[in-house]
Amino acid sequence: MVYLTRAEHFNAAHRLYNPAWEYDKNEEVFGKCANENWHGHNYELFVTVKGEPDAGTGFVFDVKKLSDIIKKHVIEKVDHRNLNVDVEFMKGKMCSTENLAIAIWNELEPHLPDGVQLHCIKLYETPRIFVEYFGGN
Amino acid sequence: MNKRVAVFRKEHFNAAHRLFNPDWDDATNEKVFGKCALPNYHGHNYELEVKITGKPAKKTGYVIDLKELSELIRREVHARFDHKNLNLDTEEFKKLNPTAENIAIVIYKLLRPHLDKKHDLQIRLYETPRNFVEYPVKDPIHFRS
Repeated sequence: MVYLTRAEHFNAAHRLYNPAWEYDKNEEVFGKCANENWHGHNYELFVTVKGEPDAGTGFVFDVKKLSDIIKKHVIEKVDHRNLNVDVEFMKGKMCSTENLAIAIWNELEPHLPDGVQLHCIKLYETPRIFVEYFGGN
Repeated sequence: MNKRVAVFRKEHFNAAHRLFNPDWDDATNEKVFGKCALPNYHGHNYELEVKITGKPAKKTGYVIDLKELSELIRREVHARFDHKNLNLDTEEFKKLNPTAENIAIVIYKLLRPHLDKKHDLQIRLYETPRNFVEYPVKDPIHFRS
């Protein structure tokens, strides 16, 4: 089994705000991240798949195809967008890095061919803050 | 010690913005600024490098106390721009397009009055790990022919 990773990046605006809570409670919990006019990040996304290298190609998966899948199903939907307002797959969810990583997993997983398993979504919100999601519960 | 030394302090802030010229219609803005003109904003992790050049003081050996420089940047830059929407939340970019170029010039103007006149100041601002600007630009060296 070999793990293969493709790195991509996108820029987006967001805000951490729970509409079920009052403004003051949002400020208390999320601080500056609740700013009503948004703020933003350069996100760095690392998608890792796993599988056995194919006998014919030596590839776990054609990394150009992996890049195309990530671009089509994730990057084109989030890049230079407002995550809270513009992104269908984040509607009704809190736009934390944790939830974004889970949502990206769910967007990508159906598009991988048999024999190629999604292993990890690693998502940097800043150079100093990142999350990892390995699927499941 | 009579030698000039450059010292640097790095800081960072996150902000939303969009590139938009209100004198142009939406189609022209989209043509010129592409995705950067999208109406609901996007954002960046800005990485700021502040460069101070001068002679180390005799008593301290410092060009400038970097802790004091850090506090100055936090007061003048961070407090204004961090976790803000540059277009909506800041006085500086109410009528000025918040490109990396203009942000660097604004940061220079915010810091310059608080620094020793004998010291040179230069700003390097990263909008992404791959896009960055510097201001001011040193005059090119003129070689004698």
